[in-house]
Amino acid sequence: MNAQQIRDALIEEVETIAPDVAPVAIGDDEDMRDALDLDSMDIFNLIAAIHQRFGVEIPDADAHRFVTLGGAIGWIVEHTKA
Amino acid sequence: MGVFTMPSLGADMEAGTLVEWLKAPGDDVEHGDIIAVVETDKGAIEVEVFEGGPITELLVEPGSKVPVGSAMARIGDGEGEDTSPAEPSTSPGEARHAHVAPAPAPAAQIVARETVEPRTAGLRASPAARKRAEDLTIDLSGLVGSGPSGAILLEDVEAAGSVPAETRTPDPEPMRRAIAAAMTRSKRDIPHYYLSHRFDISAGIDWIDDYNAVRSAPDRLLLGVLLTKAVALAMREFPEFNGHNDATGFSSSADVHVGNAIAIRGGGLAAPAIRNTDRLTLPDLMIRFRDLIARTKGGQFRSSEISDATITISSLGERGVESVLPIIYPPQVAIIGFGSVANAPWPVGDALAVRPVITATLAGDHRVNDGHRGALLLRRIEDLLVIPENL
Repeated sequence: MNAQQIRDALIEEVETIAPDVAPVAIGDDEDMRDALDLDSMDIFNLIAAIHQRFGVEIPDADAHRFVTLGGAIGWIVEHTKA
Repeated sequence: MGVFTMPSLGADMEAGTLVEWLKAPGDDVEHGDIIAVVETDKGAIEVEVFEGGPITELLVEPGSKVPVGSAMARIGDGEGEDTSPAEPSTSPGEARHAHVAPAPAPAAQIVARETVEPRTAGLRASPAARKRAEDLTIDLSGLVGSGPSGAILLEDVEAAGSVPAETRTPDPEPMRRAIAAAMTRSKRDIPHYYLSHRFDISAGIDWIDDYNAVRSAPDRLLLGVLLTKAVALAMREFPEFNGHNDATGFSSSADVHVGNAIAIRGGGLAAPAIRNTDRLTLPDLMIRFRDLIARTKGGQFRSSEISDATITISSLGERGVESVLPIIYPPQVAIIGFGSVANAPWPVGDALAVRPVITATLAGDHRVNDGHRGALLLRRIEDLLVIPENL
């Protein structure tokens, strides 16, 4: 999976969590809590969804990286080398 | 024989629009079963029945606007009742006396709802989309949804209505009016007093960090669950803050059902309750919390979840503000606010340390409770959060 495919998958998950937002338009460095009005429950659900979709254990200490698309993509690339 | 009527889903609701029946004539329903989806200013709400038995007659057709208290269906023991549907009525005035044909493909629809994917069988649309479609007089059933599971989103309706993107905001008018009416009544009738208490919440944060460190993502907890449980447990010791104050006076509730104010996507807010909050374990409470927040954001909550709340929490700290001074939701008599958790200089012994602190606030109804006890209540919530393993 390349970065673009991961990005597409993340956007799909964000759209499922918050069906009325348009994550496709936001930049990789934008904080989704500000740009998309996501709250801690939304971020929690996003991390849980990534955990399931990619079959990866995301340490709670890394959760802060998942508030931007770029941070999440970077983490997934680092931890799913195959 | 019982009559299922349009419930009041808020002090200021006058009528609701039946979106769809989830049961058909002949179906057996039990207390608590969801029988219909009703569109209100608060969004599409799943409505439960409080009487068991077979449905003998549906009196109202989807799309009809029904005043609060009006009969919508008959539920009876079926003895001698004619359960076969007759000709549908098109005139609302005649609806009361006429049988209504069951919704299209009721059997398949109900089976699908109960056993497979509850939200894909029927027409799925966001509350904002439904509202916009009504404004633009667009038939939702003619649209193809672009949302999850084919859900119709606001933008699908906008596209169908060829409305420029600049105007893509849901009409906030009905929800604004409902909130304005309820809050005006609260501020007019309830003599509010406010208390504020800022405290070190490092024990709670550390406990959650330790708890979450050894668990997979879906099994972790959020701070909001600890706050909710602490409030619920405190209510047992402060019954004068937990209950309803109506025309007959204040009645304290033996059970604790904590409501949480949740912003609905597309506009507005609702504060549905988790029943018996004080008796749930933290993991169970987290599961209920996730479900409730997901449904409420999508405008899908049950009538009883709104009316059950015996106290409400407003956690605007989620949006980064230091504290919230909330308005009581009648007929409740108190509301607790939580601001954001932020690191701040904090005296520890003789020195200053940096600690995560949070500001808890209380708005109380002075007709029912007093500031002295209110202060003790906020201190009790702090005490409960200092030893989170007891929650």
